[in-house]
Amino acid sequence: MKLSDVKEILNAEILTGEELMDKEVYSACGCDLMSDVLAFVKDRALLLTGLMNPQVVRTAEMMDIETIIFVRGKRPDDSILGMAKMKDIIIMRTEYPLYIAAGKLYEKGLGNKDRK
Amino acid sequence: MEPMKYHFEVKGDDFSVAGENSSKVKKILRQLGFDPETIRRVAIAMYEAEINMVIHAEGGYIDAEISPDKVKIVLQDKGPGIPDIEKAMQEGYSTATNSVRELGFGAGMGLPNIKKYSDDLVINTVVGEGTRLEITVNV
Ligand SMILES: Nc1ncnc2c1ncn2[C@@H]1O[C@H](COP(=O)(O)OP(=O)(O)OP(=O)(O)O)[C@@H](O)[C@H]1O
Ligand SMILES: [Mg+2]
Repeated sequence: MKLSDVKEILNAEILTGEELMDKEVYSACGCDLMSDVLAFVKDRALLLTGLMNPQVVRTAEMMDIETIIFVRGKRPDDSILGMAKMKDIIIMRTEYPLYIAAGKLYEKGLGNKDRK
Repeated sequence: MEPMKYHFEVKGDDFSVAGENSSKVKKILRQLGFDPETIRRVAIAMYEAEINMVIHAEGGYIDAEISPDKVKIVLQDKGPGIPDIEKAMQEGYSTATNSVRELGFGAGMGLPNIKKYSDDLVINTVVGEGTRLEITVNV
């Protein structure tokens, strides 16, 4: 699925990385706990989260996560956005809560192809 | 070839910059052309350990030693030490406070994760004196 599709499905607003919407994503993870992201997420997944602090961006950087979507209408401040720009991380925000946002993407096929 | 050596200070009182040193090392490894899997393993292990230094030990120092065949990260703090290291190595064991949990950490996954991503992990810790982690990732 392309990021432009993700944006469409979640009715999301793009905050950084507007020019990168042609990128493909293959899996996603919905998580508010960075400890779990570090322990369980496969690389290059898209991260949906309700947590809002600079460590979300840094965790993404460490995990090679290229896209973060903040859920429940939360809006990151300039320090988080500035950091994301420096690290080439794409940021979007959606009004949907985590469960709904994840469900919508899954229903449209993101990450539910070759699940064992 | 002589290993390349780097020294970093970790501030203990500023959670917002915790992990910046891991970010620097990740960049260095990328510039040196290490393979993505090695870079990822070093980055995750070092980041977990750097975060631990901030949330459990008021900061400290990190030395990174980069050779073509291995990357060694040594983290030294003067924190409270770890009384029961066997327990601390178990998944889910954490003494993190609620305020740390609210920041998205404190699930007790860090040390097991460092073990998982490294080829060798040596922990020396003395209660009341501090903790030293030596993480080695072979290329
Ligand atoms: N540098 C340190 N100094 C003192 N105690 C430590 C240090 N590192 C870890 N510990 C102790 O070991 C426990 C387990 O550490 P671990 O990294 O596995 O989990 P955590 O940091 O509590 O949570 P998470 O890593 O999932 O965010 C900690 O809760 C803490 O009690
Ligand atoms: Mg930890």
